[in-house]
Amino acid sequence: MDRYQIQEVIGSGGMGTVYRARDTHFQAVRLVAIKEMISNIADPLVRKNIDQIYERESNILAALRHQSIPRIYDYHTQNDRAYLVMEYVNGRDMDDLLTATTTFFPEEQILNWAVELCDVLEYLHNHKPEPIIFRDMKPSNIMINQQNHVVLVDFGIAKVFESGSKNTMVGTQGYSPPDQYRGEATPAVDVYALGASLHHLLTLRDPRLEAPFSWADRPIKQINPNVSDELVAVVEKALQYSADDRFKSAAEMKDALLSVARRTGTLIHSGMMSLPTGSSSTTSRGVKALWIFECEDEIRGTPLYYGGGLFVGCYDNNLYALDASNGEFKWKYATDGGLPGRPAFFDGNVFVGSEDQRLHVVSARTGSVVWTYFSDGPMRSSPRIAEGHAFIGSDDGYLHAVNVSTGRASWKTEAAAAIRSTPCVTSDYVYVGNEAGELLCVDFRGNVKWRFKSKRAISSSPIATPEAVFVGSLEGTLFALDPQSGWTLWRFRLGKGTVSSPAVSGKMVFIGASDNVIYAVDAASAKELWRFTTEHQVSATPMVYKDSIYCGSVDGHLYCLEMKTGRLKWAFATEGPITGSAVANEDIIYFGSTDKKVYALLA
Amino acid sequence: MGNFFKRLFAKPDNQRKEITVPRAALVQASEASTAPLDENQIEGLTRAHRIEPPQLVVGMGRNQGRQRDNNEDALFAHTATISTSSATLPLGIFIVADGMGGHENGHIASDIAVRAMSNYLFKNLHASLFGVHPEPPQESLQEIMRQGVLRAHEEILRAAPGGGTTLTAALVLNSQMTVAHVGDSRAYSIFLDGRVQTLTRDHSIVKRFQELGQITAEEATVHPQKSMLYRALGQGDSLEPDVFTAQLPQPGYLLICSDGLWGVMTEDELFDIVVSAPNPQMACQSLVDAANDAGGPDNITAILVRLVE
Ligand SMILES: Nc1ncnc2c1ncn2[C@@H]1O[C@H](COP(=O)(O)OP(=O)(O)O)[C@@H](O)[C@H]1O
Ligand SMILES: [Mg+2]
Repeated sequence: MDRYQIQEVIGSGGMGTVYRARDTHFQAVRLVAIKEMISNIADPLVRKNIDQIYERESNILAALRHQSIPRIYDYHTQNDRAYLVMEYVNGRDMDDLLTATTTFFPEEQILNWAVELCDVLEYLHNHKPEPIIFRDMKPSNIMINQQNHVVLVDFGIAKVFESGSKNTMVGTQGYSPPDQYRGEATPAVDVYALGASLHHLLTLRDPRLEAPFSWADRPIKQINPNVSDELVAVVEKALQYSADDRFKSAAEMKDALLSVARRTGTLIHSGMMSLPTGSSSTTSRGVKALWIFECEDEIRGTPLYYGGGLFVGCYDNNLYALDASNGEFKWKYATDGGLPGRPAFFDGNVFVGSEDQRLHVVSARTGSVVWTYFSDGPMRSSPRIAEGHAFIGSDDGYLHAVNVSTGRASWKTEAAAAIRSTPCVTSDYVYVGNEAGELLCVDFRGNVKWRFKSKRAISSSPIATPEAVFVGSLEGTLFALDPQSGWTLWRFRLGKGTVSSPAVSGKMVFIGASDNVIYAVDAASAKELWRFTTEHQVSATPMVYKDSIYCGSVDGHLYCLEMKTGRLKWAFATEGPITGSAVANEDIIYFGSTDKKVYALLA
Repeated sequence: MGNFFKRLFAKPDNQRKEITVPRAALVQASEASTAPLDENQIEGLTRAHRIEPPQLVVGMGRNQGRQRDNNEDALFAHTATISTSSATLPLGIFIVADGMGGHENGHIASDIAVRAMSNYLFKNLHASLFGVHPEPPQESLQEIMRQGVLRAHEEILRAAPGGGTTLTAALVLNSQMTVAHVGDSRAYSIFLDGRVQTLTRDHSIVKRFQELGQITAEEATVHPQKSMLYRALGQGDSLEPDVFTAQLPQPGYLLICSDGLWGVMTEDELFDIVVSAPNPQMACQSLVDAANDAGGPDNITAILVRLVE
């Protein structure tokens, strides 16, 4: 081995280490890749087995001639080590590419690679006298060279399955088909694993981290809507559970891929489905507004539905009361500041916070004032009413507990920073976020039980279940905290910060973020269930109604998504960003937009 | 609401009185009864109300079974209780690992797994739990559990190459548990009302065939690849444990066990044995006996946890 000058380690995996080396027998610099296996296994039988795998790999490789297979130069054992010297592929393996990328690969690119991979599989499967089944097709065994062509490495798999005793499989879990677990090695095994690799490339979801054969749980288009239906069909066919339903051969799969390329013109598809904008009364999929009511300034908050009435705060400083059935104006009540939040109802009265620093309480019937309560800062938080008190935060840095009948504070708790988050009240505690990034847990005497610290502001409003308190932070994280101790149960990374508040339904948590995405996350495990990308930031809070999620985006649309899958049911265009949440009653959805209008739609 | 209102906004020194309400009710009940209550009845009644501080009661069983030459299962159980003016916190760490037979180093892998996991948890939670000025851990509990599993995985790759093991671990804090799981050992919630919930998902290929409707539950129990796992510690380069948080079954039990137990018993049988035993320790011994009576084809391990409060 003296003739090779080792330069650096370029890979290590299941079977050993791969080095880049210089072959000193050549005047010109010739680089080689050396795969080394050190058997630290004492058992001579096992060791012999591994040596045999090496030998088989080198013999097979040495005889092959294909542009997507590295040439083999030398094979060598030395004490407890075995070496395979082969052509150095100047490039990166696909696993690296997958780890490095932050965006989806263009379909055209993936198609080209796929066709080449089918081509080399076709060559291997037609090998004489025996077909060669690669058996371990996966991104880390596929290299992309400088010319952007694929090269297959790692012909190392030749182990037969042991049955009976507990064992894991050879091949790679996630990429291998059910038949391979049964010990079969047919061309259909490679077709499936190629399909799995393509699925990984198209969705950027690593199948090794998911249960085997779980493709149906993560449809390609749901994760990457850019992919053409034609390509999806090819990948899905390659991934069929039973071998008989897949392509009969790599050649057949190649043909299918080539016809996809012809049909789609391998064009890169545009990012989003295009949504009509402009007209506010009708839009895509025929969703029509039942009625529209126009105020004099932006509506940034969320309406309140109560007893046939709709109450909406507006930046024209008024609280409006409308007839929910037809949008008719009933009354308005003027404050001295914008109304950013969501009103609350209690005992015949409507409560609303205003930027004029006051909590206003007005009669729901007449709109006449009952009392007002002053804080020392704009009130951008929304009141929550429980136990005879209205709990509301203020920019003055306090959480206020105001007695609903007297209009006087029973206590206020210092949060040390502005509170724009809306409190969440459970039977034990009040939870609220502040602009210093804290989430406070306060008991009903106003004592802080615990403080949780995130890195950036928590303007998001927490929501509590018996299991956890969920809240978003501008640091770009959705947190689940233990309600008793405030300890973090889990963190879920969002693409960017958020002011959106989580919504919970059963075991699902939903939240929007400034990376334009609406996320659905499993409440127990923090696993992402689906995501839906809008065209602008999502600062609104998703609303759950029946089996749908309703959420506005700064792109001006209200989206209706299927709760289980995140599939778009419809989108309704308004003429301004939507930052407030929607409310639902008897299959009607109500929401406001910064285009100054209040809308009522059929759910 | 009036009462509740009072409780909420009452002065702190009034609070104590409120907490004694259940006991006051108890006294009234016993005064009203014509015959005096015996010791057991009184204890039963008191129990029905509250045990202070809340605490974890744990039983364990570990047995080779009838057909294996060695025991490749491992278990770890630890409980602690802090009850002070600042906090009351029952804590528990419970781990079962089932080393993979037919693999080199199966028993070593399960041994390393429980040690590496518990060691990691102690290191990372010690200051937060037992520190003089406790601060919440920096990382989330789920992340700590996940990292613990990954450490154990790496340690097995390093010290027992080729070895594989399952690992099911629960970190109990108060009435909440965070579970990390790889392989086909199981965690169950057993509720006193008769419900038995499997909390974990077996990472076995046969279970997957079953989930996809390719084979029936009956076929699964006799399938030749019955114990072939698609995920195990010490196997493969990337490992993704299942991690989730759930409420401790209350009233009820948490059961963690290897397939030597669940493979030979129905959920109804598990339930009957657990609820009819006088305590979790005895329950575990009965579970082991029952698995052996059913043939004892594999190593049997069980941890049974009950939160009494
Ligand atoms: N001929 C080669 N030229 C350049 N890099 C290579 C070559 N062969 C392997 N590699 C790199 O080394 C990694 C591991 O090699 P591989 O043969 O797949 O070993 P293992 O059996 O450990 O998976 C590959 O993923 C690739 O990045
Ligand atoms: Mg490899």
